[in-house]
Amino acid sequence: MKHSFFKLLPAVTLLVIGLTALPGCKPNGTQSAVSGDAAAKTYIAPGKYDEFYDFVSGGFSGQMSVYGLPSGRLFRVIPVFSVDPEKGYGYSEETKAMLNTSNGFVPWDDLHHIALSETDGIQDGRWVFGNANNTPRIARIDLKTFKTAEIIEIPNSAGNHSSPFITENSEYVVAGTRFSVPLGDKQDVPINTYKDNFKGTVSFIGVDKTSGNMSLAFQILLPGVNFDLARAGKGKSHGWFFFSCYNSEKANTLLEVNASQKDKDFILCVNWKKAEEYIKAGKGQKKTVSYVHNTWDEKKHMATSTLEKEVLVLDPKELKDMVYFMPCPKSPHGCDTDPSGEYIVGSGKLAAVIPVFSFTKIQAAIAAKNYDGDYDGIPVLKYDAVLHGEVQKPGLGPLHTEFDANGNAYTSFFVSSEIVKWSVKDLKVLDRVPTYYSIGHLSVPGGPTRKPWGKYVIAYNKITKDRYLPTGPELAQSAQLYDISGDKMKLILDFPTIGEPHYAEAIPAELIMKNSQKIYKLEDNQNPYATLGDNKARVERKGNEVHVYMTAIRSHFTPDNIEGVKLGETVYFHVTNMEQDWDVPHGFAIKGANNAELLVMPGETQTLAWKPEKVGVFPMYCTDFCSALHQEMSGYIRISPAGSNVPLSFSTGTNLPSTSADPAAEKPAVK
Amino acid sequence: MKNKLSISSRILVSFASGALVAVFFLPVWRIDLFAPQYPEGLMMNIWINRLSGDVDIINGLNHYIGMKHISVGMFPEFRFLPWVVAFFMLLGVIVAVTGSRKYLLYYLLLTVVGGSLAMVDFYNWGYDYGHNLDPNAAIQVPGFSYQPPLFGHKRLLNFDAYSFPDVGGWVVAGASALAFLVWLIEWYRHRKIKPL
Repeated sequence: MKHSFFKLLPAVTLLVIGLTALPGCKPNGTQSAVSGDAAAKTYIAPGKYDEFYDFVSGGFSGQMSVYGLPSGRLFRVIPVFSVDPEKGYGYSEETKAMLNTSNGFVPWDDLHHIALSETDGIQDGRWVFGNANNTPRIARIDLKTFKTAEIIEIPNSAGNHSSPFITENSEYVVAGTRFSVPLGDKQDVPINTYKDNFKGTVSFIGVDKTSGNMSLAFQILLPGVNFDLARAGKGKSHGWFFFSCYNSEKANTLLEVNASQKDKDFILCVNWKKAEEYIKAGKGQKKTVSYVHNTWDEKKHMATSTLEKEVLVLDPKELKDMVYFMPCPKSPHGCDTDPSGEYIVGSGKLAAVIPVFSFTKIQAAIAAKNYDGDYDGIPVLKYDAVLHGEVQKPGLGPLHTEFDANGNAYTSFFVSSEIVKWSVKDLKVLDRVPTYYSIGHLSVPGGPTRKPWGKYVIAYNKITKDRYLPTGPELAQSAQLYDISGDKMKLILDFPTIGEPHYAEAIPAELIMKNSQKIYKLEDNQNPYATLGDNKARVERKGNEVHVYMTAIRSHFTPDNIEGVKLGETVYFHVTNMEQDWDVPHGFAIKGANNAELLVMPGETQTLAWKPEKVGVFPMYCTDFCSALHQEMSGYIRISPAGSNVPLSFSTGTNLPSTSADPAAEKPAVK
Repeated sequence: MKNKLSISSRILVSFASGALVAVFFLPVWRIDLFAPQYPEGLMMNIWINRLSGDVDIINGLNHYIGMKHISVGMFPEFRFLPWVVAFFMLLGVIVAVTGSRKYLLYYLLLTVVGGSLAMVDFYNWGYDYGHNLDPNAAIQVPGFSYQPPLFGHKRLLNFDAYSFPDVGGWVVAGASALAFLVWLIEWYRHRKIKPL
């Protein structure tokens, strides 16, 4: 009794500290470091910068958010897989193509995981990747512009959960299918033929060293299990990739019971260097598929979709020595490699221990063919032969593990709602702290790389309950920041997040901020609808379409009076922001438009298509407060009946057509 | 021979006039503007034949109060300034070659006159830029005019404006000072000789 009380004491103490610390998260500059400890550690004075950027998945929001650490301040929500009317993303003519798939335009997805690009196993701050879990895709975001630069669809996949984890020189990002599905021509099969007809795949997507452009390099055909999470080997294990999987029972109904029967499922070990050798030797099979690849052209300010038709498939039944299964207790979720690349930590969601595997032992077991039979023709390594050891009684429901630079691991526990710190070498539990509540992923800055930056561990929680002011049934999800610079983890901040945060990665600010772009240069603007000068602004009729080539500069649109458009025509507003100054976007909105606004960055051109539904005069205006005369930045477009003979005209500053009754027409506009 | 410049003086004068070549490669003057919205500042560099820096942004801001659009075309000076500099360089060479004290004096007088004319011209441009405003400008402060600073700091509405020589300008100032110093030394040297 006494023993368990003392075990609880630190947790209770921390809870009390955590609660009392909350109202203390205010500027307290003059207080001593001791009394204002948590506040002082997370307080970033106005005008000062955070130490880290934190890229947080938006989960079912489909977007990626950017926070500062340690302050927890939200800087930006990057639209990735979901439309964003605020930024015109998925609504403007230029951005629509970003969301094209082989299923047509998909306006929403579920972004779970983050992968920052790496060079030599160290974050390099060039790109950040995110996965679409629902309609399988991977997105690449350019960290110069914080814009989605590319989205590639993954064929032969369903539920791209095991993604987009990255190799140590950004050679590949991967995509393991969460749901196995029928492949090839035979798609229309009874669901109860799962065991015979359903297959899994893991895909390796190549990343171009200089441009970052992705291309589907190859797919490995695998048994019909559910691939869950993955990590690349690093250092000594570079050239290998590890994927956790569950449902080795191959259940297709009531998975919560039927996929939880076996004592052990697997971690799949892929020797991708071997796969490259097979490809070089011409061993892969080209399979006909159909998937869409969308790229954003930074000079045209425009997305293009390309339909791809082929994928190179490697079948391990024929191509030996490429993949192995490693037994892992009870439906493993996280599958994380430590900074040295020697240890692979499997987190069985239902397991009572955390198994830690040794890469050296894996190699030895493979060399000695120390197998425990095979699973669908793929060798299964002997558990005891590859095990470094097990962390005993770590907690309940282990999910994910991250690392610091001092040989410590941090594992999240969903069921017991805590983070447990343990030593990788001797597998001893060192510390535990509660999370509020039910942590999913956790993240240490640089935690998945060869060079963890350490300092903090951030918990991304699934349940918030009473943590914030209530907002009805639907509550914000949350992140909690713990200081790990000492022996004991200390909760120092709690902040709400957008959507549902799954994985996140933090990176030192200086690796990104120095490259951050301020404007798009007008002289580089190659948008075919750009208007590079007020004197080039015009309105043109093209069949049933009216194209308005419009400029925006503080504080007017050119043209701002347009007449002669008829009901039934579609008006395309091609708005070019002529500003070349930092932080002067212009917005564009028109009454009754049933899509969204445009938000046009300096030097950029974006297009809003508008199909008027009524006859009348419609105001349009700038939506982003741009100057002292922002309210004046507006105009009108007149829509006449279908058969009308009002001539097409446009003007700014003078009335066209002019009316003598109008006093303004007699006054010279410019002297 | 007695009235001639010493060899070292000639070398210094030719060095001073040769240094003027810098203004073909470096801006002569700079204007810095700071405002609450522009903590990082805006800058305009004036060269002997062109402008550089954030000219477009400054134009975008100044049109609100009706100031003219600053462009290379509004400065006829840009067409002849390179020739003026070339003339001064040539004059310096002549002084050095002939070693004439009289020519050095002319050179100095012309430098003073030229520099003064340049500042007067700069002031006049500033006066016109700040006073001759577009009557249709969006923002009109009755009775208010904007004389930009000739040299130093001045506050204009929400902007703190600073006007100072740029690198090229300092080279010109240094070269002129050097020539003046040579003249002083020579004057002193000859003054001592005369009573003998």
